[in-house]
Order: sequence, then structure tokens, then C-alpha cells
Amino acid sequence: MYTFNFEMLWGYRWLFLNGTLVTIGLTAAVVVLGLLLGLVGGLAQLSRFAVLRWISWAYIELFRCTPLLVQLLWFYYALPMLTGIQIDAITASVLTLSLYGGSFYAEVIRGGVVSIEAGQTEAGLALGLTPAKVMRRIVLPQAIKRMIPPLMNQSIIQFKNTSLVSVVAVPDLLYQGQVAATDTFRPLEVYTIVALIYFVVLVPLTAIVKRGEKQLQTGH
Amino acid sequence: MNIPKIEVAGLRKQFGELVVLRDINLTVEPGAVVALIGPSGSGKSTLLRCLNLLVVPNGGRVRIGGDAFDFETGKALPRPKAQAKFRSNTGMVFQHFNLFPHMTVLGNVMEGPVSAKNMPKAQAEAIGRRLLAKVGLADKADAYPDRLSGGQKQRVAIARALAMEPEVMLFDEATSALDPELVSEVLGVMRDLAAEGMTMIIVTHEIAFAREVADRVIFMRDGVIVEEGPARDVIDRPQQEATRAFLSHFHTRG
Repeated sequence: MYTFNFEMLWGYRWLFLNGTLVTIGLTAAVVVLGLLLGLVGGLAQLSRFAVLRWISWAYIELFRCTPLLVQLLWFYYALPMLTGIQIDAITASVLTLSLYGGSFYAEVIRGGVVSIEAGQTEAGLALGLTPAKVMRRIVLPQAIKRMIPPLMNQSIIQFKNTSLVSVVAVPDLLYQGQVAATDTFRPLEVYTIVALIYFVVLVPLTAIVKRGEKQLQTGH
Repeated sequence: MNIPKIEVAGLRKQFGELVVLRDINLTVEPGAVVALIGPSGSGKSTLLRCLNLLVVPNGGRVRIGGDAFDFETGKALPRPKAQAKFRSNTGMVFQHFNLFPHMTVLGNVMEGPVSAKNMPKAQAEAIGRRLLAKVGLADKADAYPDRLSGGQKQRVAIARALAMEPEVMLFDEATSALDPELVSEVLGVMRDLAAEGMTMIIVTHEIAFAREVADRVIFMRDGVIVEEGPARDVIDRPQQEATRAFLSHFHTRG
């Protein structure tokens, strides 16, 4: 029977803390950038210009239908060979995760917008609002309420997806865990701790999402 | 002689193979009330929607007040800004109200002036409160639409359309979604508007109301105007067999 020994990991607490902060910072960056990409991509899907619809479709499907790990390796190793421009691991990670997340956000945003009854758009147009104002004043405020739960879900997934960046040596939580594991020959304890940290950060977040959902259902 | 407020000439609309409107010609004098009646699928709602470009016609010409559009196959649509300006001159009331649920009643009524005309909020609020009082809902200004009855919602929708000070009001089966006991409060508001001299086109199944309030009735079937004339003539003494058959389904004298 294996005897767990967590005490010896105490010496690595700053390493874990550091990795956790990198993971949180990375998530914040890719959620914000991903949401911007998703907004642009999602609204472009609904554009009256076919070119915009086509470009956004290509972007969304390309990133939704290839594995994130493959994308990450491609941006880190293959893109520099193509362009001759070397990008560092953090830039490649933020870029890939944002584009990947954005493709899912775009679908959520498009879906939220089309879920608003056509009568709302018609009423706005009939008043004499331009299509852009109808979107901003009438459709988006209502659609955002419906988008928030799936957007939060996708963001939680993004938090976990950041663990993949350890393969290109970004010092996130998992990467620092790997360092500690090789150092101590205690992978069982280390990866248990790593999993617990992800869990402890996300569980309160999911509770907040649940509560927010309930409030949205009742309020205006 | 007055220049007609609304002029429609040679209007055509088809969805794919299905021809919904064929060569519609129509003029409406200022202050006139015209009722469009006919079986479902006759094209009356599509005609109404063509008048404020919610449906873009395939051919013909529409003029409302000083704004006119020509529609030809293959020609580019008018630009969104021009369309918006055109629409702001017509108020539309929908069967299902289509109030904005995320805004208060007052917010709904202020939305047109504030967002389409860039009117200062204080001025728009004054207009909004005056119109809510006019439709008998001054006390509901701060309520949200989901707190209102169907009749109240439709009266707010009428106030919202009036806030743009349109030259013409279009009613698309404004009472069809209402419980019977709520119909009269909406018809009352429409009757007042007609009495004030608003130019109105009403798509309706309320034949008795059309007979009482409308100056003219137009009976449509299969995308054409079958019969038109003074309201009482058309409803009491229809000339066409199709009109007679349609009207036989209604008690026409209220």
C-alpha cells in the first residue's frame, strides 16, 4: 500500500502558488480576448455581407474542429517556420487559446442573438432604428442574458484548457507541478495537489454562475 | 384637392415561386382610415409590411408623405439609413405587441425618439408620459411589459409608435391576439386616433369595427384587390361573390 507524503511538498508551495497565478492570469487574458473574437465572429455570422459570413464560418469551423493541442503545437512550432517570425511560448499560448475559445464563444453569441424573436427586430426597425442600433439597443441586451450561462461554462472549460500550455513550457500550474514531480519523485502527491487546486478555484466559480443564472431568470 | 398621403403603384411581391402580391395600386388621402380585410394568405399583412419595408417588394413604387422608393428586380436595396428614415415616418402596431421586455413601459415609448431621432431624454420622457396618459396608462410608466395585460401591452405599443410622430399608422391585426374582453380598450384607442385625423391602414378581422371606423374597405384575395369602396357599401352590399362569401362568416353589424 502506497503511503502518501504531502509534507515534503510544503517546500514547493511558492512554486504551486506561482503556477496557479500564471494559470489564472492566462485564463483572464484568453477569456477577454476570446470574448472579443467571439463577438466579432458571432456577429459576422449574422452579417448581411456574404464575405464576412464566409470568413467567420471558416474561422469558427477551423478552430472548433481541430484539437487544441494540435493548434498550440502548430502555432508554436509550425507558424514560425512558415513566417520566419519566432513567437515566444506565452504569445503562442494566448493566441491559440483565444482563437480556440473565440470560435466557441462565437457560436454561443450567434445562437443567443438568433434566439431573440424576429418580432423584436421588426419592432425596432419599424420605429426607424438602423439595423446596428436595433442590434445594440434591442437584441443584444436581451440576448446577453441568455448567453451568460453558456459563456461562463465555456470560460470554465478555458480555465482547464490552459493546462495544455505546459507542453510548450509556459510555467503554469501543471508545468510547475511537473517540475515538482521530477524533483521529488512524488508524482502521485504532486498531481493530486494540482488537481485539487484546479478544483478549489473552479467550484466557487460554478456556484457563482448558478446563482447568476437564477437571478437572470427572475430579473429584467 | 389634397395630395394623397400614401401612394402605392404596381406593387409586386413574391417569395420564391409563391406570388403574394400582384400589381397592387392604392392611394390613401390624409386623415383617411382604410381597412384591409380578406382571408389569411390573401396578402393583406404582406402589403402592410411592404409599406414600411419590413418586407421588401420585388417591384412597384411606394410613397408615404414626402419619401418614396422605387423597387425593381435586380436593383440594389435602399441603404439601411434611408430605410430607417422611411420607416420612422410610419408607425406600426403588431399582432403580438413586440414590446421590448428589457425596458420599462416608459422606456419602450421613449426608445424611438431617443435612439432614432437622438432626442434629449427629458424631452422624450415628456412625450412618452403624455402619450401614456393618452392611452390611459400613465400609472404604468415604470412597470415592465410582463406585468401588463394584453390590452395594456397593445396600448403601450400604440403609444410607442406614436412617439415617433409618424404621418401614418399601420395596424397589423392589432386585436387578433387579445382576449375578447380586452379588444374594446384597444379599439377605443384606435377610434380616438382616427377621430383626431390620423391616416391609418388597418389589417383586421373586426369587420364591425372596420364598418364603423374606416372610410374605405379593401377586400383582398390571392394577392389582388378584389373590391374596394366606402366601408358601408363594401360590407353591407358587396359586389363581388368572393367578398360576399368572405363576409358571410362574420356578424357585420356588431
